[in-house]
Amino acid sequence: MRPILEATNLTLHFGSIAAVDGVTVTVSEGELVGIIGPNGAGKTTFLNLVTGYLRPEAGRIHFLGRDITGLHPDRITALGVGRSFQVPQLFLSLPVLDNVMIALACAGRRSLDVLHPLAEPSRRDAAHRILAQFGLDRDAHRPASELPEGGRKLLDIALAYALRPRLLLMDEPTSGVSALEKFAVMDTLVQVLQEGGVTAMFVEHDMDVVRRYARRVLAMNGGRIVADGPPEQVLGAAAPQVVGG
Amino acid sequence: MTAGRWAGPLAFLVLALLGRTLPGWLVFVLTLALAKGLVVMGVMLLMRVGLVSFGHGLFFAGAAYAAGFAMKLWGMREAALLVAIGVLAAVVLGGVSGLLAARYREIFFAMLTLAFSMVLYGVLIKAYAVTGGSDGLRVPVPTILGLQVRPEQGRLAVYYVTLLSVAVAVAVVLRYWNAPLGYLMQAIRDNEVRVAYLGGPVSRAVYFTYVLSSALGGLGGVLVALSVGHIDPNLAYWTTSGEFVFVALLGGTGGVHAPLAGAVVYELLKSYAFKYTPYAWQLLMGTAMLAVILLLPGGLWAPLQRAVRRQHP
Repeated sequence: MRPILEATNLTLHFGSIAAVDGVTVTVSEGELVGIIGPNGAGKTTFLNLVTGYLRPEAGRIHFLGRDITGLHPDRITALGVGRSFQVPQLFLSLPVLDNVMIALACAGRRSLDVLHPLAEPSRRDAAHRILAQFGLDRDAHRPASELPEGGRKLLDIALAYALRPRLLLMDEPTSGVSALEKFAVMDTLVQVLQEGGVTAMFVEHDMDVVRRYARRVLAMNGGRIVADGPPEQVLGAAAPQVVGG
Repeated sequence: MTAGRWAGPLAFLVLALLGRTLPGWLVFVLTLALAKGLVVMGVMLLMRVGLVSFGHGLFFAGAAYAAGFAMKLWGMREAALLVAIGVLAAVVLGGVSGLLAARYREIFFAMLTLAFSMVLYGVLIKAYAVTGGSDGLRVPVPTILGLQVRPEQGRLAVYYVTLLSVAVAVAVVLRYWNAPLGYLMQAIRDNEVRVAYLGGPVSRAVYFTYVLSSALGGLGGVLVALSVGHIDPNLAYWTTSGEFVFVALLGGTGGVHAPLAGAVVYELLKSYAFKYTPYAWQLLMGTAMLAVILLLPGGLWAPLQRAVRRQHP
């Protein structure tokens, strides 16, 4: 498999704290990578660097061979990097269906269109298909603000998925989701990602989730990658302070 | 849905008939209300993104003066051309000021727009030789498609020009409202970060809406100039811009027609308040606004919108 993401010597300080400290990692197409580590390990900062929310002080980021270091998030998104958030980032006043149709309009670079309605039949059908994949179709006409936390997480990821990304970065997809819901949420997610052939990286604190779904685990601590390998190897060897959080 | 589809054309027909039946002073009030309603529509489009413009006097006055200059300097009298020149002037003003304004949010946007309009006010006041200073300029009765209009019929002619302009503007704004760009503006208001992470062009979307809003401001400005027959720098003054925000809150931001309804109610209320309480009309208007904020937080349009939603959930 060819590399989809190559981060080389990424470094960023917040004051005197090294949030990300010389991180070098390569992710190949089709991988499902879990990122673990205690609070402050640099997991979310790493995602923010890759998606352009933060600019590294040193190091380069290549996506499918193209240097994307320091590009604005909308440019990086347009190149094929999707992102979901620890706190779901939705359009809460709008119905679930409209959320996805807006994402689809952005994906097709039609978001500035004023000649056709947002809800044109092809876009509406595509939005319903995506919602059905994520098990949200029956909530299509509810305002996003009325969804339970698990539903919000799925919708947040569905918005990123609607962009047809090559690489999807998810920040704690099961945080805030009840113990009963978390495996159902992850089952749905992994199935959709595999069907779509999407490479994914997810930050996660729940080791049951990581063990069950990740094919490769990156353990971070103090802004560095301290372990990288299959889950049984990393989770078996990792010290409690690396796994915890 | 069917009822909703016919409501606009029906309202247009009723307003067209009212022009022939209402007394002249009321036709004048209605013309002013509809023209100002267009400016308020522009203000409301920005409010949907969470941006409050305290400077729509810039486009309102800019367009009115552009039409006034076209009459004074080139002897132009044709209403359609004057409207086009006014809107074009407003779009140019919006296009230039929007390059800066579209980058700002919240109070910074409000103050920036206010500053732009007050700069124009200062120019209009000081450039006496060209603008007539605080005396302003006279705007003669226009011709309609080349036809001379007798002065006593001028008021009605401008009313129909205004009504036609409103119909065109509503059609354009409705299309925008239901298009991806219209929804994107709501999305930006809800969560600008998410729009950026969907690859949505936030700045360009705000800019285009700002320019559309300025065009509506300009359209309203020319129509008021043609209707009143006189323009002065107060059109650009901050209280004029504030009045548009006032009416936008009164009407609500829930529908394309809300600003027009708000403007009609506002102008009628103002006319009667001024007639019956000439020394306390502003107090009366303020009380009415307080009542709307407390009892109808979504504006006068909100109850109608809720009723429609109940019928068509």
